[in-house]
Amino acid sequence: MAVRRLDPEQPPRFDFTPENAAWAQATIANYPPGKQASAVIPLLWRAQEQNGGWTSEPAMRVIADMLGMAYIRVYEIATFYTMFQLSPVGKVAHVQVCGTTPCMLRGSGALIEVCKNRIAEQSHELSADGKFSWEEVECLGSCANAPMVEIWSDTYEDLTAESFSALLDGFAKGKPPKPGSQTGRTASCPAGGPTTLTDPTLYDGSGVGAWQKRFMEAAATAAPAPAAPPSAAAAPKPPQINPGVAALIANSGLVPELQARGSAGGAAMPVKDLEALKAQAKAGLLPGAQMPPIAAAPPASGDVVPEKPTLLAAPRDGKADELGLIWGVADKLEAKMNALGVWHFDQIAAWTPAHVAWFEHAMEGFKGRIARDKWIEQCKKLAAGWRPEGSVGERPKG
Amino acid sequence: MLADKDRIFRNIYGFHDSGLKGAIRRGAWDGTKLLIDKGHDWIINEVKASGLRGRGGAGFPTGLKWSFMPKADARPSYLVINADESEPGSCKDREILRHDAHLLIEGALIASYAMRAHTSYIYVRGEYIREREALQRAIDEAYAAKLIGKGNVHGWDFDCFVHHGAGAYICGEETALLESLEGKKGQPRLKPPFPANVGLYGAPTTINNVESIAVVPDILRRGATWFASLGKPNNTGTKLFQISGHVEKPCVVEEEMGIPLRELLERHCGGVRGGWDNLLAVIPGGSSVPLVPAHMCDDLGMDFDSLSKVKSGLGTAAIIVMDKSADPIKAIARISYFYKHESCGQCTPCREGTGWMWRVLERMAEGRAEKREIDLLFEVSKQVEGHTICALGDAAAWPVQGLIRHFRPLIEERIDQYARSHQQAAE
Repeated sequence: MAVRRLDPEQPPRFDFTPENAAWAQATIANYPPGKQASAVIPLLWRAQEQNGGWTSEPAMRVIADMLGMAYIRVYEIATFYTMFQLSPVGKVAHVQVCGTTPCMLRGSGALIEVCKNRIAEQSHELSADGKFSWEEVECLGSCANAPMVEIWSDTYEDLTAESFSALLDGFAKGKPPKPGSQTGRTASCPAGGPTTLTDPTLYDGSGVGAWQKRFMEAAATAAPAPAAPPSAAAAPKPPQINPGVAALIANSGLVPELQARGSAGGAAMPVKDLEALKAQAKAGLLPGAQMPPIAAAPPASGDVVPEKPTLLAAPRDGKADELGLIWGVADKLEAKMNALGVWHFDQIAAWTPAHVAWFEHAMEGFKGRIARDKWIEQCKKLAAGWRPEGSVGERPKG
Repeated sequence: MLADKDRIFRNIYGFHDSGLKGAIRRGAWDGTKLLIDKGHDWIINEVKASGLRGRGGAGFPTGLKWSFMPKADARPSYLVINADESEPGSCKDREILRHDAHLLIEGALIASYAMRAHTSYIYVRGEYIREREALQRAIDEAYAAKLIGKGNVHGWDFDCFVHHGAGAYICGEETALLESLEGKKGQPRLKPPFPANVGLYGAPTTINNVESIAVVPDILRRGATWFASLGKPNNTGTKLFQISGHVEKPCVVEEEMGIPLRELLERHCGGVRGGWDNLLAVIPGGSSVPLVPAHMCDDLGMDFDSLSKVKSGLGTAAIIVMDKSADPIKAIARISYFYKHESCGQCTPCREGTGWMWRVLERMAEGRAEKREIDLLFEVSKQVEGHTICALGDAAAWPVQGLIRHFRPLIEERIDQYARSHQQAAE
């Protein structure tokens, strides 16, 4: 987040030029009827270009009126997106210096020093003659050509303090150098020439159409499609997963499980089942499921080596204890615990610190909770038949 | 090494004509009608069989994602292409947009057809102004040649629009991108509902990365088995790698998935500055993934699964190389600043946590900290991770955790150093 405010001094009004107004109408037509608000960023951007590189408050109101938006919605946009300059910028050049790590590693610090010495001590401050201003921006996406700056619409890449100084001189004289790499290489090709794409047959058109042979042959030899084997219908079908849920599972790395169940359409999977599935994956109980790297990492601190406690695939005699009676455990957590194979108070009561560590790791974001809430103590009592008064358990003393 | 004929992006450096004529000569728009005539399901199945995993960072199977789209729905469907390339280290989509845009437009048509969408929006980051112009030129050419548009030669009405942002990293998150595209602040939405059910303008939407879409036409032409034969099982195909930082010749290059890191750097980038032994660490997949120290890099394969084994990730395959002259604490502190700057402010753990982590890391880079704060920092990063609506919280936490995991002694040493020098000053 960055604090960004409108400039205290604003021009009295803003009007699009006729060309820009026509362009704006064409842009609005790119979006479905009633969705004209989508055009707000392109329109603001065009207004900023017309206004000498910064967005004034009257421009925001004009655009809000054009798009039928409340003024505050456009103010929000203009202050949220950092490419909208809210104060006047240098007339000749507003320099955006990328300072993020890939550029930093290759010397963007030196470029920033040049800006401080030649333009202004502070970013967004105009130079004494009002011609230049600068700011440090976050990654501009030209990392293989670091360090780099963007001035107006162009990027200048592979800079050093010297070539950057020369670049500023060029702008001051009204003769900016050619955009792109300032060391003379082409785009992001390795310096000294490409190591790939040297095969001339790629470019003489000889490859066009050759691949279609495969389809012709396949069409010629295609046998009539075999009928579906009758046994397919009899095979038990795994429950279908709601697509939304499927995507969520996908994000947690449960792709193989998802594939096994089929994907599109179908009834929503109950949240309980989903939680169970996720918990199983986390504990490594699902074959092939991979969790994102961090979740799978063993705890980095603490000297207890986690050890897997005894887990049960199903509750003994088909009757699980009501784990929700443990103070601090609610339905969702209970479902996760069941999914991991924890069903009974006595299971938890028998846990060693190593088991606790294993469980906390499997549950993620859980660290210290079992000790804090004194689960083992609670479970020892619960296993012995004691029951709390309320249904949410009883807070352990001390 | 990948043979030139197996490379999909044949004009990635822009040495050749990036216009329609040049693209056709290189094999784009070749038999697109034939592919479309094979039907919606054939395309999706072929993409599934190719094993293509999304190239935007998460690595979700593309064909599977497409199959989530409803087959019959009264609402229009949308394909939204994410060209909001802002992950520090990533600079591949830029090259596709400005040099090989026809592959992307053809892919957009085919993907839209497969998902029964008639409209596609390409959301280009605001800073890519020339890239946006190049893409628009290519789209205009395609319209003029009736390759896309209403009543085009392919028999599937298809409109393609370029939209752009204005400098917010968060808009690369798919639901934030949709918000932004609807004309709002880019603040991620709660999921569910997922975009495939309720996406752009409340209609079914699939969001794909530029590279994921641009490789599709070639996969269909050459066959899923061709693509699947490259790379490793579950990590198939080719990938644009982007190498920045301390190598002799930083570049973008298309290579086979799973290529060993060392081979990649030495073959295409002139190696690590000062030789392989001068390597300190790499960030293998863009700023969000934890760094990997040199001693684990010797036989490191560049694919999703190999990198998750070393508790990092392939991300966008944006490799940031640090040699021994680099200060990893400062490098990560700068990444933390990035996340602080780019947090959308919606969830408290991220809004407050990213700034807090940055401030602590800045002090640690100087040594002006307590050793117990290292654990505290780790602990706080764990509280940010997984407690936010979108993955920006995780992305901010992981590099910090990676730093502590691998460079704790360095942090401690710096704290000692600082303490020593200030003790002397006090005496």
